Amino acid sequence: MPNEPTVRTEETPARIETRPGDRVVLDNRGIQRALARIAHEVVERNEDLSNLYLVAIPNGGVPLARRLAASLEKIAEQDVLVGVLDTTLYRDDLVASGERPALRRTEMPSMVDGRIVILVDDVAKTGRTIRAAMDALMDFGRPSRVQVVALIDRGHRELPIKIDYVGKNIPTHPQETVELRGYDGSDDDPLEVVVHAEVEDAAS
Amino acid sequence: MIGRDLLAISDLTAEDLWKILETAEHMQEVGRRDIKKVPTLRGRTIINLFFESSTRTRTSFEIAGKRLSADVVNFSSSGSSLSKDESILDTALTLEAMAPDVVVVRHGVAGVPRRIADALDAPVINAGDGAHEHPTQALLDLFTVYQEKGHLEGLSVAIVGDILNSRVARSNIHAFTKMGAEVRVAAPPTMLPVGVESLGVKPCTSLREAVDGVDVVMVLRIQLERLSGALFPSVREYAATFGLDREKLRYAKDDVIVMHPGPVNRGVELAPDLADHRPSVILEQVRNGVALRMAVLYLIAGRAPAPIAEPKQ
Repeated sequence: MPNEPTVRTEETPARIETRPGDRVVLDNRGIQRALARIAHEVVERNEDLSNLYLVAIPNGGVPLARRLAASLEKIAEQDVLVGVLDTTLYRDDLVASGERPALRRTEMPSMVDGRIVILVDDVAKTGRTIRAAMDALMDFGRPSRVQVVALIDRGHRELPIKIDYVGKNIPTHPQETVELRGYDGSDDDPLEVVVHAEVEDAAS
Repeated sequence: MIGRDLLAISDLTAEDLWKILETAEHMQEVGRRDIKKVPTLRGRTIINLFFESSTRTRTSFEIAGKRLSADVVNFSSSGSSLSKDESILDTALTLEAMAPDVVVVRHGVAGVPRRIADALDAPVINAGDGAHEHPTQALLDLFTVYQEKGHLEGLSVAIVGDILNSRVARSNIHAFTKMGAEVRVAAPPTMLPVGVESLGVKPCTSLREAVDGVDVVMVLRIQLERLSGALFPSVREYAATFGLDREKLRYAKDDVIVMHPGPVNRGVELAPDLADHRPSVILEQVRNGVALRMAVLYLIAGRAPAPIAEPKQ
């Protein structure tokens, strides 16, 4: 069983499954630190914090947006709105994919008109998800400003989209996958970011 | 596996049904938005090919398609060349030449949608064929019950009415039994198909027996316009014995819901006050129909198009 060459850290929860070819690039503590820094950057760049509206892109964006909101609430001493916006119905690759992708939850508890919307995603790559999210967002109203948080920016952009707040830049090979793992529906789930490369001789 | 077409519930697995219900739940959220439209099927064309009159099913498919940004074209038998004796297949092939991405078919004869599906490249959705199946109606019924009860397994469902001639009954029998519900059917003996037990349902010859302790009563429309042979002595007698009213509903569970695929013959199969108020959920069914059909269109339409065929010699 060739599943040794994986970097495990102290905080890596046992229940996150490890596969051959996995490389942990950010553990739970690292994620927490990155979000705390991003929270300060958000405060620095936006004067009117009462107008903030964090909109998570499921699934990975959901726990990150909640944690970011908690950090912001501590700094700003006021409540921060959090919504969830699925981008699947706005994707530009639905024709190409054979099996239809499963839809995910959308919960937008408040109007976006006039608000500073901060989209929160786990991994930014091509920029196509952010493009879809912006289109979806506009169907909910007219935000005064839209900014983007990505915990991981792995490059390979295909659209002219800039990430405003990056947790960590991770140069990757396009064929590798980068995933946020550990989210199971609860905010307390320890998370980690894993780079996964297909191991050619995994079975040998 | 949900295939290219949606022709019958009997073709689907419980897993397929769950996938459709889950998708419908998300589509419901789109319907609650201020702007009830998503760009998913932009540039796709849906043809509603209705050889039999229908208002709610056709409108429901039309709204569902439009909410997904598809272009929807209605083609009904009245005022078309169908009344000029063009054969069904010729009509279908003519439409095919206009390159639709989905064709929704209703026809009075069982099996026509499948026949059309075999002839066309575009996926076909059966919107009711004769006394065979009406899959999207059963799906929206499942969806409504699931939303009301929170689960489907272990529920008991009574279907009352012309089981023999009802495509709604047939599709619902398949749908609810696949999901682990217990299904009873009740009708005068002339309206119960022989050997209906083989579908996994319990036949009852009285309404009292059928509704006893059930979670759901599904009342079917007596198709007065189609009753050529005498299946029951008179409408009044049917109403008295198999028409559902609050008195007869007492034997069901306290939280029973009453469903009807519409349009209701008030005072025949369903008492008027019951048609308008809880526990009947008839308007919920209509509402859910749009979200459910959006789900079906999403799962079926707009898949990778078949490679363009070489011109035939």
